Amino acid sequence: MSAPPLYGLLAEFPDARQLVIALRRAQHDARYSQIEAYSPVAVEGLGDALGTDRGHIPLWTLLGGLLGGITTYALQWYSAVINYPLNIGGRPTRSWPAFLPAALEMTILGAAVFGVIAMLAAAKVPRLHHPLFAAHVFERATSDRFFLVLRADAPEFDAHRARAFLETLTPLSITEVAR
Amino acid sequence: MSESTYQSISDTICHITLHRKFGLYWRAGVAATAALTLLLACGIVWLLHEGVGIWGINVPVAWAFAIANYVWWIAIGMGGTFISGALYLARKDWRNSINRYAEAMTVFAVSVSGIFPVLHLGRPWFFYWLFPYPDVMNVWPQWRSALEWDFFAILAYLSFSILYWYVGMVPDLATLRDRAPTLRKARLYGFFALGWRGEAAQWQSFQTVSLLLAGLAVPLVFSVHSMVALDFSEAVLPGWHSTIFPPFFVAGALFSGFAMVLVLGIPLRRTLGLQAYITQRHLENLAKMMLAAGLMVDYSYVSEIFNTYYSMDPYDVAVTTHRMFGVYAWVFWGTILCNVLSIQALWFARVRRNPAVLFGIAILVLIGMWLERFMLIVTSLYQDFVPSSGGMFYPTFWDIAFLAGSIGLFFLLFLLFVRLLPVVSMFELRKLVPHEVGDPP
Repeated sequence: MSAPPLYGLLAEFPDARQLVIALRRAQHDARYSQIEAYSPVAVEGLGDALGTDRGHIPLWTLLGGLLGGITTYALQWYSAVINYPLNIGGRPTRSWPAFLPAALEMTILGAAVFGVIAMLAAAKVPRLHHPLFAAHVFERATSDRFFLVLRADAPEFDAHRARAFLETLTPLSITEVAR
Repeated sequence: MSESTYQSISDTICHITLHRKFGLYWRAGVAATAALTLLLACGIVWLLHEGVGIWGINVPVAWAFAIANYVWWIAIGMGGTFISGALYLARKDWRNSINRYAEAMTVFAVSVSGIFPVLHLGRPWFFYWLFPYPDVMNVWPQWRSALEWDFFAILAYLSFSILYWYVGMVPDLATLRDRAPTLRKARLYGFFALGWRGEAAQWQSFQTVSLLLAGLAVPLVFSVHSMVALDFSEAVLPGWHSTIFPPFFVAGALFSGFAMVLVLGIPLRRTLGLQAYITQRHLENLAKMMLAAGLMVDYSYVSEIFNTYYSMDPYDVAVTTHRMFGVYAWVFWGTILCNVLSIQALWFARVRRNPAVLFGIAILVLIGMWLERFMLIVTSLYQDFVPSSGGMFYPTFWDIAFLAGSIGLFFLLFLLFVRLLPVVSMFELRKLVPHEVGDPP
């Protein structure tokens, strides 16, 4: 009977410092290329160390804001100037100051909606299932434990060597996670 | 916070949501607020049948309770967004233990406030005409009306505050999912946690978007309540037509918002045993912010009265004199008592450190801010330019019922929130744990 294909090896650490040290050693000493780090609180520098992509969230937020503002302004201008101009005592139909409030609010809403969608895309959620959820110890990743995963799909991955390496880091536990 | 660890934070907060037995008080609270909500529902059905005539409004006082309620509720919401957004940008970490319930307060207050302008339309079932959709009648909204701006302001504010509240809750929902005692609960929280795992990349994008949303929240707070103020100052009525209104309304909004955060927080920390997280210092800081916002409101009162008499405009002078000494003088002086005099006690540290007194003052502020809106609306309307068209406003049973019902609905939603969702942001509290074995190098 052969073992099921692995997702990776999961090592559990008690605090952020040990996770960061483990990550550095995995990257620089052992030269693993497919590493994931999990923590119950944002750890400064962890994302940068892993070289994760920020997913252009600020850019999408800006685009969302511009889209919301410009379309709302353009809609008001079209309806009040082109589609249904009303002559009220000869006042100009292009009353731009009166068109700004709605455009401002929709700028903010557009920016927020696009920013959140970009965040969800960058964080790769919603994704209700993940192989790591099968690991019992991983339940504490959202409470008080810090985890490092050496992914099995990396070309240099070898289950025995990876386990031996992780043991040198003295984690609280090492778990094999099936794919 | 000094004794807290990651473990103890998750244990305490998750225990409330997942295991705590909500006893007699909570059930009694739900029963009472549900009864008031039912009253509101009956009122709405009756209003749809009969029209807005069931309220005491008529010409000349065509706006009264409903608009006062609307402004009061949306203003209360501002406090929560300000605490979440502006204090986040200012890196005031103490906000981390109050921002969750303050944001919940915002969502519920804004939801409740939105009921009133829609019902006040007269034919509420056509409320969607406010939205610019391509209809066959070729009817467009009136873009130059402050009421239309207000529609966009509420739309943006409600959507934004729900989004902000929910996104900020995702990591905590994941904690609840992972600690849920039953599969049903794990599935429920897991669905809304969207599969959050706390991966480094997830945290990074989460922090980026938190910062951006906080940055967007601040101009939103100020602009939304300025739009509310423009509903009044765009009208050429003495007592309304004033350029000070937008900043004056924003100050008043933050004032009543902080008061509501105190009114909710003081019983919350006591009944749920959250004194370790919502500390004396939080109450004191909120009291100071309430005092600061209150003084800005008081300054606006003085400046408005001064400018009226300085302008010597006969109509403005008449309205202001009637406000202070006319038949509605009791509303004016009640406002002064609540919003000017009562908050002066907050200069004393002993008052700020006494939760019971603080609770009392916050209630007075909420009453005062409602009275202020009522005063601003009714005293500008009841004396028309032509003396013969003056008229008094008398509330009907339904006016009172809608106000009481809205309070019931708000507290019902809040009680359900306390029962079902984490009342304190766990992942943000974890940031405050001082020496968790070792900080990152």
